[in-house]
Amino acid sequence: MSASAGEPPDPSSSEKDTGAAPVSERTWMLRGARAAVSIPALILTAAFVGYAGLARETGLSLAETLVMTGFVWALPSIVVLTGGMATGMGLVPAAIAVALASVRLMPMTMALMPLVKVPGKTPTWKLLLASHFVAVTAWVYAMKNLPDMQRDGRLPFFIGFGGSVTIFVFTMTGISYMLVDHMPPIVAGALFLLTPIYFLCSLWGAARMNADKAAMIAGLALGPVFFVYVPGLDLLWTGLVGGTLAYLVTRIMRQGLS
Amino acid sequence: MDGIHITSLPDTWWWPFVMILVAGWLATDVWRWLGVLAGGRLREDSEVFVWVRCVATALVAGVISKLILFPQGALAETSLALRLLAASCGFAAFLTFKQRVIVGVLTGEVVLLAGWVLHDVAF
Repeated sequence: MSASAGEPPDPSSSEKDTGAAPVSERTWMLRGARAAVSIPALILTAAFVGYAGLARETGLSLAETLVMTGFVWALPSIVVLTGGMATGMGLVPAAIAVALASVRLMPMTMALMPLVKVPGKTPTWKLLLASHFVAVTAWVYAMKNLPDMQRDGRLPFFIGFGGSVTIFVFTMTGISYMLVDHMPPIVAGALFLLTPIYFLCSLWGAARMNADKAAMIAGLALGPVFFVYVPGLDLLWTGLVGGTLAYLVTRIMRQGLS
Repeated sequence: MDGIHITSLPDTWWWPFVMILVAGWLATDVWRWLGVLAGGRLREDSEVFVWVRCVATALVAGVISKLILFPQGALAETSLALRLLAASCGFAAFLTFKQRVIVGVLTGEVVLLAGWVLHDVAF
């Protein structure tokens, strides 16, 4: 509710050019990079520092950990794949498990497109490139702040933001992989807890209507149930059953039984 | 699932990278690409879109509760009650203090660390 796309401009952001002087795409990218120096980015970095510990414990090499971080760039999917590789899962079952854990990225990307696209002008390849940075952190930031910027600056800003966060997290993941041997369990444990609490808060903050919040509550409750009864397909069932239930209940509340 | 692991080519140096690129990168980015291609058509205020977002949100929420209830690595050493308490306190603090994510995260962490240290001291 608080993070709706139509929120009034955040006074702390400096990106409020109303088109007085034309600003180059490079400038917009640099502004995005500067905005990336933020608390959410630090939380994400800390979560990846924790992941580096898990990866090393699991037996992934440094190169594997870094390729996974840079190419997959979605922490839950990375954790799913790491777990799959640890248990010797085959390529196809692992791909299915990761795909099921990543389904959320499609509607997230869809919701972002109307914001960053300049109709008739933005080439699709640029959007495909930018879409790689869609993950909870950049997405929540973008949905909150892009609507206050001038339209043609949004895509370069998003690429600058997402690219900087990715490069920083990638570097810190590598550094902490090498140092992680010395990480006490209590530190590693605290870092592992960052992701769920961070997602819990930012997902609620990104909810635009009651349906989203109902879906979140349904997903929290059903996730463990399906994990116990249909392991493997649990997230898909959680999404379909929990999401549909939340949609139907809130739709009836909105419109009655029509 | 047990007993039917397909462990055909697991012992070459490049196999993990094939796993990561195909089962990780492709399986993840394909959703982003589909989102780009479909994003221009589906209207943000349509009912289908509300439903799709509900499904996606429930999915992410499922990930969250799995990470708390069935954690991996060092966090698995803590008790379920402590993890639930930490997450609940964090979320409550987040809601109380103007939905500031940093407040929620720090509160949850403080509760976890305090509980962990107290447990170690007491037992």
